Amino acid sequence: MDKIEQEIVVNNMHGLHARPAALFVQIANKFDSAVHLEKDGDTVDGKSIIAVLSLGVTKGTKIKLILQGDDAREALVELRTFLEENNA
Amino acid sequence: MLKLKGIAASSGIVIGKAYCLGKDDFSVIKRKISYEEISREIYRLEEALIDTRKEIVTIQDKISKELGFSEAKIFEAHLLVLEDRVLIEEVIKQIKNKKVNVEFAFSRSINKYTETLLGFDDKYLKERAADIKDIGKRVLKKLLKKDTPRAYEVKEKVIIVAHDLSPAETAALPKDKIIGFATDIGGSTSHTAIIARTLGIPAVVGLDVATKHIVCDETIIVDGYQGVVIVRPQERTIKSYYKKSEQILKAEKTINISRALKPRTIDGKETIVSANIEFPEELPLVKHFGAEGIGLYRTEYIFLGKNKLPSEEEQFKAYLNVARTVKPSSVIIRTIDIGGDKFLSRPEMPHEFTPFLGWRAIRFCLARPDIFKVQLRAILRASIEKNIRIMFPMISGISELREAKKLLDSCRRELKKEGKRFDDDIKIGVMIEVPSAALTADILAKECDFFSIGTNDLIQYSLAVDRANEKVAYLYEPAHPAVLRLIKDVIVSAHKNNIWVGMCGEMAGEFLFAFLLLGLGLDRLSMPPPRIPKIKELIRKVKLSDAKEAASNVINFSTSVEIEKYLQDYLRAILKGDSRQLLGI
Repeated sequence: MDKIEQEIVVNNMHGLHARPAALFVQIANKFDSAVHLEKDGDTVDGKSIIAVLSLGVTKGTKIKLILQGDDAREALVELRTFLEENNA
Repeated sequence: MLKLKGIAASSGIVIGKAYCLGKDDFSVIKRKISYEEISREIYRLEEALIDTRKEIVTIQDKISKELGFSEAKIFEAHLLVLEDRVLIEEVIKQIKNKKVNVEFAFSRSINKYTETLLGFDDKYLKERAADIKDIGKRVLKKLLKKDTPRAYEVKEKVIIVAHDLSPAETAALPKDKIIGFATDIGGSTSHTAIIARTLGIPAVVGLDVATKHIVCDETIIVDGYQGVVIVRPQERTIKSYYKKSEQILKAEKTINISRALKPRTIDGKETIVSANIEFPEELPLVKHFGAEGIGLYRTEYIFLGKNKLPSEEEQFKAYLNVARTVKPSSVIIRTIDIGGDKFLSRPEMPHEFTPFLGWRAIRFCLARPDIFKVQLRAILRASIEKNIRIMFPMISGISELREAKKLLDSCRRELKKEGKRFDDDIKIGVMIEVPSAALTADILAKECDFFSIGTNDLIQYSLAVDRANEKVAYLYEPAHPAVLRLIKDVIVSAHKNNIWVGMCGEMAGEFLFAFLLLGLGLDRLSMPPPRIPKIKELIRKVKLSDAKEAASNVINFSTSVEIEKYLQDYLRAILKGDSRQLLGI
């Protein structure tokens, strides 16, 4: 099973809140791989909206994406693109 | 009698019965359950989640119909909370391990997450806390069999008094029964305020203590103009507010009619009145206030307060969204005006002693083609809708216009090479806000498609007055003969070269000046959306020939005081009594 970790800076105007967080969770749930987000040592389930919101990811925050599973690579590409570009 | 001061969030005056939604505390009792009860409690949780989901979907449909699809999208997060595995597993774990009832377990988890979010120093996350609280309340209601959303039961016309209204609650309100809002928290751009404005319901938010002082069923006055709520008003105050509100209602009725009508003078001259827009949240206001498209779309918000410059894709999406929203009308996108009083939060913007005369707007853009071209490419790509016009700010002479156009051309070539589509015939305009541009308008007019006069800066540059400096602010006179002469010359130069000229400064939204500008031959007016209905009403009540006569007279006056006085008297003389009262002239 692949395990990938990558650091990403969130550029979203409002960070990872509400709609962006919802979209992130929806994308994460498309994949079989486990999706985790790490910020300042806290790791949360990236498929949970409440957990993602509770991480308090504001604009410009550096987070680590941790993906584990057979489709980890595909998941990384989609989630990273979303985090870096999305402006919802 | 008690007067509470808040934020005027939606205009209008209303006197009526208070309907207090309270803070809606459910008394959740902790109950120990037996081992046998565990599976029943889990089943109840699942049932409540499914029922709440149905409820949300119903609300979503309702909002989608009433306010549009994009408004309904805010509930996606709500729905995700309902199927959130971290939350659900946590609740089930409590039920299983601690042997507590589902209500207690659920409300504990919700409170925990709400508090975490409230703990962040970030207003968006705080608002999300409200969302989660809202969803938590709904699930609890299902569990406690309190099925009806709070305000569904309203039978008579009432003013809703609440600590805060979630978007879901606002949406679920029986709109025909609600005549006003008074809330403890919220700001003028909070979701409730925007919805109140869209629906035309007076609202005062941010009252802090409304729910503390207002008792259900008592009479209150909500003054959405002043941002004031009067609790237990005296008979005399009620009377005076009734009179005020009657006058305003009558006025608004007439003005509401003209919202949808073309701004055409009595003698048939049709103008275009469009909106100045700064944030995407304001977009619904364009149609709401009857604007014909957007005459000034400021793009600074995309750039400001960020660590990184916005990507082409991000900008493209924003511009395309605007273009599609205002279709079939058009939108004039002003390229970034950074510098002056707005700074990029980046080290590369040096501190300047006189920023208004310094490195800003087109000067900054031409020096930084790496930043400017990203915006130009994004605008060009969004122009596939064929209704985008592009405008350069702070042009001081023809060289800057040529240079900007050269960059635009190079973007065109790049996009063509990449096979990306754009509007080949995109119209290019110059914002006339520097006196040197106004004085050389005849030269500029030959190389662009339209002008838009930005009076705020034109006035301060012409009169050498910093409008933010209180000591000299009295010299800031829109009707100064120098300013009027410049405006007149710009219009004449534009028309000689067969291009149109508009105005997007504050002056365009003032009655006296709108009338004067009409007379000077200005083709289009653009202003903050709430000003539009009244300006349209004014235009519909005057003759172009009168405006021309007034303009040709005042242009020879010596002082702005004389000019304004003359215009005021002139309008008073030609407007009928009801129109005068309506417009407050």
